[in-house]
Amino acid sequence: MTTTTALYDIPGPRTRQRHRLYGMASILVIVALIAWIVYLLFSTGQFTAAKWTPFTYKGIQELLLTGLGNTLRAFGFAAVFSLAFGAVLATGRLSAHRLIRWVSTLVVEFFRAMPVLVMIFFIYVALKAEPLTALVAGLTLYNGSVLAEVFRSGVKSVESGQGEAAYALGMRKTQVMMHVLVPQAVRAMLPAIISQLVVALKDTSLGYLITYEEFLHAGKLIASNLDYGLPFIPVVMIISPIYIGMCMLLSWLANWVARRQRRNPKVETAEVAPPEPGTLLTGAHRPPPT
Amino acid sequence: MNVLLDNLSLYGDGLLGTIELTVFASLLALVLGFVMAAFRVAPVGSLRAVGTVWVTVLRNTPLTLLFFAVVLGLPRFGLVLPFKLFAILALGCYTSAFICEAVRSGINTVPVGQGEAARSLGMTFPQTLGDIVLPQAFRSVIPPIGSTLIALAKNSAIAGAFSVTELLGVYKPLNELGYSIIWTFVWIAVGYLIVTLSISAIFNLLEKHLGVAR
Repeated sequence: MTTTTALYDIPGPRTRQRHRLYGMASILVIVALIAWIVYLLFSTGQFTAAKWTPFTYKGIQELLLTGLGNTLRAFGFAAVFSLAFGAVLATGRLSAHRLIRWVSTLVVEFFRAMPVLVMIFFIYVALKAEPLTALVAGLTLYNGSVLAEVFRSGVKSVESGQGEAAYALGMRKTQVMMHVLVPQAVRAMLPAIISQLVVALKDTSLGYLITYEEFLHAGKLIASNLDYGLPFIPVVMIISPIYIGMCMLLSWLANWVARRQRRNPKVETAEVAPPEPGTLLTGAHRPPPT
Repeated sequence: MNVLLDNLSLYGDGLLGTIELTVFASLLALVLGFVMAAFRVAPVGSLRAVGTVWVTVLRNTPLTLLFFAVVLGLPRFGLVLPFKLFAILALGCYTSAFICEAVRSGINTVPVGQGEAARSLGMTFPQTLGDIVLPQAFRSVIPPIGSTLIALAKNSAIAGAFSVTELLGVYKPLNELGYSIIWTFVWIAVGYLIVTLSISAIFNLLEKHLGVAR
C-alpha cells in the first residue's frame, strides 16, 4: 500500500476538508441511487406480501435447498475431477517423453481456448449426456486444463537448487517430484488452486442453461409462478446473496491461505502467480510480482 | 464441411454477433474498469469503498446469475431494452471488475519515484494518476487485459442462451435441420478460436509496440 500513497501527498487541513466534501458528495450520489432503486422496487410492487409469502412455504424452501444441494454436488464432483485431471495433464506436460508432452500441451491449450459453455453444450447435445454429467465433464475439462498450468508453473517455480540437490543425492525423477518438488509446490500453489475452484463454483451456474436442476433453476421455477405474482425480483434478492456469499467465502479462504503462506518460511522457495483465464498470449509475460 | 458451406450466412451472423458483443462489452469494461481502478486508489475514502465493493461483488457473482438478473430482472422495473444491450451491460460490468484489478496491480508496478516526482512538481492527484502513472501502468497491463478480454469473448457464449444472436446459438437451428451435430460444433469451435486468436494477436502487437521492454 505504500505505492498507492505515493499518488498523493498526505493531505493538509484544507485538502482534508476538500476530500471530506468530495466524500460527502459521492455518498450523497450513492444514497440517492439506492433510494431510487428502493423507490422503483416499491413502486413496481416488489414488496407485496403475495410475492414474499411463498418463501415461507415448506415446499418452496425445500425446492431451493434441493437446488442448492445440486449446485454443491456439481461443484464437489467438478472440483475433485478437475484436480485429478489437472494433475494428470501437469504430469504429462512435465514428462520427459516428447510425445506425451506435446499431446498434453495440445489438450491444455485447446480446452483453455474454448468457452466452457461450448464444451458443456457439446457434451449435452452431441453426446446426449445427462445434464449433471455434461456440466461436470465440461467444468472438469476447462478447470482441469487451467489447474494443470497452475501445477506445472508451481513445480517449475520451486528453486532449481532443490531439484538439483535431490538428483545429486541419487534420487530418481519420480522421487524428486514426489518427495522434493511437489510438496513445496503444493504449499505455494494452494491460493491459486482455491481461486480456480471459485471459478468452478461460479460456473456451476451454467448448469441452469442445460436444465440441470441447480440453485438458479429452482429460482426460475419459483419466479415464473403466476400464483405468486411472478416473484422474480424477490427470488433474485434471495438467491444472489447466497450465491455471492459462497463464492466470497471461498475467495476469502484463498486470500487467507495466501496471507498465511507469506509468513511461512516453508514456501520461500516458490512463488506462484494466480491462474489466468486462457492466456493465448505466447510472447507476453506477466509483470514480476512486487 | 457441408454444414459450414450450406449455412454460411447463419454462421456469419453468429460470428458477427459474437464479435459485436465482444467489442462493445470490451469498451464498456475498459471504461468502467479504469474508472473503478482510479476510484480504488483515490484519496477519498468513500470512492475507494465504492471501487472495492464493485470489484468484490462482481468478481464473486456467477455470470449466469448476473445475466439472469439483468436480462429477466430489469424489465420488471419498466426498463425494456433489446436483449443485446442487456447482454453487453452484463458482460461489460462483470469484466470491468477483472480489468480494474489488472489496472490496479499495474499501477503498483510503476516505480514509486514516478508518483513522488509528479507530486514534488506540484501535480494534483488526477494529474499524477492521469498523466504520469496510468500511461506507464497501461504498458505493463496489456497482457493481463488481453487475457481478460479473451475470457470476455468466451463468456459471451452465455448470451446465446438468453436469446441473443451469437456463435454458440447457431447449433440450435442446425440441430433441428438435422445436420451432423459433431461438425456443427467443430465449426462453432473454429469460430471461437478465430475470435480469441485475433484478440491475442492484437494484444501481442500492442505489447510489442507499447509494452515495457524487460
